Amino acid sequence: MSVRVGKAADAPPFPEAARHALEDSQLRHNMRHATHVIRNKRNNIVGELPDWPQLRAAGSQIKAHVMRYLDLYLEQFERNVTRAGGHVHWANDSDEARRIIRELVEQHGGKEVIKVKTMTSEEIELNPELAAHGITPYETDLAELIIQLGDDFSSHFVVPALHINHLQIRQIFKRKMPLEQMGIPDLGEQPPELAEAARRYLREKFLRVKVGVSGANFAVAETGSLVVVESEGNGRMCLTLPDVLISVVGIEKIVPTFQDLEVFFQMLARSATGERMSPYVSVWTAVNPNDGPKEFHVVLLDNGRTRVLADDEGKQALHCIRCAACLNACPVYERTGGHAYGAVYPGPIGAILMPQLQAMEHSQSLPYASSLCGACYEACPVKINIPEVLIHLRSELVQEKQSHIGGKLSRENLGMKVMSKVFQSEWLLRRAHKLARLGQGPFLDDGVVSSMPGLRAWTSSRDLPTIPKQSFREWWREREKSSRSAGVSEAGARRRDPERSEGTRERNHE
Amino acid sequence: MKFQSVTCSVHPITAISRFPGRFLAVLTAAVSSCILAPDSLSGVHGVLVSLFIACYNDLLFPNTGRAVVTVLERLGHTVEFRSAQTCCGQMHYNTGYIRESQPLLRRFVEIFADAQVICVPSSSCVAMIRDHYPKLAREMGDPKLVEAVDQVVPRVYEFTEFLVKKLGVEDVGAYYPHRVTYHPACHSLRGLQLGDVPYRLLQRVRSLELIDLPEKEECCGFGGTFSIKNADTSQAMLADKVRTILDTAAELCVATDNSCLMHIFGALHRGRTGVKTAHIAEVLASTETEPFA
Repeated sequence: MSVRVGKAADAPPFPEAARHALEDSQLRHNMRHATHVIRNKRNNIVGELPDWPQLRAAGSQIKAHVMRYLDLYLEQFERNVTRAGGHVHWANDSDEARRIIRELVEQHGGKEVIKVKTMTSEEIELNPELAAHGITPYETDLAELIIQLGDDFSSHFVVPALHINHLQIRQIFKRKMPLEQMGIPDLGEQPPELAEAARRYLREKFLRVKVGVSGANFAVAETGSLVVVESEGNGRMCLTLPDVLISVVGIEKIVPTFQDLEVFFQMLARSATGERMSPYVSVWTAVNPNDGPKEFHVVLLDNGRTRVLADDEGKQALHCIRCAACLNACPVYERTGGHAYGAVYPGPIGAILMPQLQAMEHSQSLPYASSLCGACYEACPVKINIPEVLIHLRSELVQEKQSHIGGKLSRENLGMKVMSKVFQSEWLLRRAHKLARLGQGPFLDDGVVSSMPGLRAWTSSRDLPTIPKQSFREWWREREKSSRSAGVSEAGARRRDPERSEGTRERNHE
Repeated sequence: MKFQSVTCSVHPITAISRFPGRFLAVLTAAVSSCILAPDSLSGVHGVLVSLFIACYNDLLFPNTGRAVVTVLERLGHTVEFRSAQTCCGQMHYNTGYIRESQPLLRRFVEIFADAQVICVPSSSCVAMIRDHYPKLAREMGDPKLVEAVDQVVPRVYEFTEFLVKKLGVEDVGAYYPHRVTYHPACHSLRGLQLGDVPYRLLQRVRSLELIDLPEKEECCGFGGTFSIKNADTSQAMLADKVRTILDTAAELCVATDNSCLMHIFGALHRGRTGVKTAHIAEVLASTETEPFA
């Protein structure tokens, strides 16, 4: 079984991708503006709820409970979908999921599908698979449409086109839409005009295409219902108008009961877009003879999730409800944008989810793409301790590194080993202090160190303070000596001779 | 290996064996005989405060430790420095070198097992101890160590937190006639949740003009090895932090953590901005007759 999550296996390491992204002034401007707007809206609207901490605790507990009994809830969900006339498919990995969906579309003679915004479809790279078999997928979420028409990649999983602004969107529409035929010969640059163009472009497809593809925000075990939460209503069109609906859903999306949705509905919109509630919440249970699609399939996707579940520390990454509050709060994401992560799921949650889904074989630079500032943890509505998991994943990478000779001999590993040893002995520490003080000599430059081989990553843009003549412990020792010789310290009189105890200590350390 | 308290502790036990059996006996004695419940320190004079200086303060920022000693002694407390102390292990732990951080945890706990209260002028070290030590000790699979960690961790305080929340002091008698802005280091803000604690101390410093830092809750981009491994992103974050500091037209930027300040200093100095950085303790140590360096 091979777990592929989007194109992450081919992505350059984060620091390299980030370097290029940081130089894109338009991107930097767009990112700063968009993340600050959403962050402020989210903070204001979350601040309205006096019971936010309790909601977070409830959300976290429900998710932890589901993870513990996931097998039972999945089977319950399957039974209830089947009973209501739907079909359940199990996909171990993205290859299986893609094949299942493509074959279903082909069985119905479909040459086109309309798509609700779905992250799992990105994860399994469904669109290229369909296109390769002569099936045209139409993204109908406005932002996903912009991304698709612009031959771009999503950079955010709630606001996929966060990295581009309305003027750039106008250029894409002018390039890719038959605007003359649509009755818009001169497309303006105001958001309502752009939205109108998208509406006309999509409406015709909603009415024509017979197969819809969706993901889901929640899957209710007790009823076999799926839930999609969205802002535009385009998702509702795809869920109700086609004859056949195929939903691809990660197995972690289960909630036990309908009532549990109450907790998540209060938190999701507030965390994601800073709204009190989502404009469109669609809930369906398989098929209904009087309305909607006549045939319903759900593809339950593992793609590495059960392996994540087996890691006691890392499994909380599966609690994610994809609100992206951690992305909007993250100072790293704000600077680099989502593409630098080379990940379907970027940002802090992506940094803990992507490497785990891929068995730590890809996206290895992502656990280090964080200053551990904790803004993600603070923003997370289900209390995923992202910094803690980042450290855990770093430790896995370090263990892997230490398992081969090249990694053992790496500068980082040797440095860390030596420093750990030094910190285990006061005697060694004193010597290391002296050595460091001597060693900085050649690099002193007007009271600072402004260039140091081996530390160029720092000194290329930042000065380093110099090591003062006296360390704190040296100062303290001197102070103790002088107070003792002055005979003022009563405590000093009762004390054993520090020189002797120092000697004892040194011997004991040898 | 023996660890020796350099000044005399109120507790008669001065040497702690590394061997778990004896270590536990000493610990139990210490716990039962002399440890004050944290809240009972409020308004108390003459507390014996054990200083954990933090490895980088020891070497690079000794003035911070001197300032802490000055403030605590001015308030009538006794400070001890157990010289066997080295490092809490944060750098190793946060970079993923968990195994290499384990002996440092053990060492910390052994050294401070019988300390009444441990004061640390570094919010990130306190966050390491408070947030990660209990879990790390459990992973090490030594029940006695777990017990020792659980005993010692509640007695560890960040410096400003110790002054305000445990000693109940806001006015430390400081005088500092300059324009100052305060950067809430991430570990003090989101880790220790210090809230307005540092501000309450700074507001009571005579002649100090405290300027609010715009976008103050944003990380400066240090993040330990992050500043090296992701130097470009770190610099981009730092550039914005420096911009907001310059916007305040402050002469000095203070924080509870010299690691962030070292980062901020690096850019302020490289840019020849003329704005200085200092640990909050250095401002609090300053008086009209004895201005602190």
